[in-house]
Amino acid sequence: MAERYSSFAPGGTAWLLQRLTAAFLIVVLAFHFFLLHFVNHAADITFAGTQARMQDVGYFLTMVLFLITATFHGVNGVYNALVNQGLAGTQKKVVLGVLVVAGTALIAQGTWVALVMAGWI
Amino acid sequence: MSQSYNRGLIEDFGRWKEFSAGMWAWIFHKFTGWMLIGYLFTHIAVLSSALNSPEAYTATIQGLESLFLIRILEVGLLAVAVFHIMNGIRLLMVDLGIGLDVQDKSFYASLILTGAITVASVPTFLQGVGF
Repeated sequence: MAERYSSFAPGGTAWLLQRLTAAFLIVVLAFHFFLLHFVNHAADITFAGTQARMQDVGYFLTMVLFLITATFHGVNGVYNALVNQGLAGTQKKVVLGVLVVAGTALIAQGTWVALVMAGWI
Repeated sequence: MSQSYNRGLIEDFGRWKEFSAGMWAWIFHKFTGWMLIGYLFTHIAVLSSALNSPEAYTATIQGLESLFLIRILEVGLLAVAVFHIMNGIRLLMVDLGIGLDVQDKSFYASLILTGAITVASVPTFLQGVGF
């Protein structure tokens, strides 16, 4: 077999979820960049334009799912990279706790912002 | 069949001249991953200006976009994201057992495609910004 470099133990739940979210993120991240830099230029973005996009339920749900999967993928990646570099014991538990809190807070904040953008709260 | 062998400590960057394509791919993927999760937190913080008022949101975005430095950083972000996507596709293929024999070549292809897409995007990203 060819050389294999990864921070993840193959076959585990963290490994599988990292790959499933990756497959989704490849498509949505490319879509996000394309829509907000090439179709609409970032410099031309206004609240009204953002609100018009966010009021489309399909777009809103895609963006919230994008936020959740990207946060999970990023936080899971950081955690496994640190474990791979030798993080263990109490430090490992503290880092996991901090990452879970930070990730949850990011998802909560982002969802709140998306609801305000859509004008639903 | 999997085969284990002592690859040495990859985190020892003093050995960088000995690194293979797969090791570079792993390091670049990790580096771009750190950049992207860092950016995600920043991105939500900037978008949170919408919580103040619609005017604050528009002024924040347009104010940032008027800065040449921000446009350059956006090109950098695009490069980081495109590489992470390209190499991510490569990693999914490797995990599915596809193209193992060409995993070094697919890393070089990821780099070349990232470079090409980034360079081709520069005019769009710098549109209408003053120095």
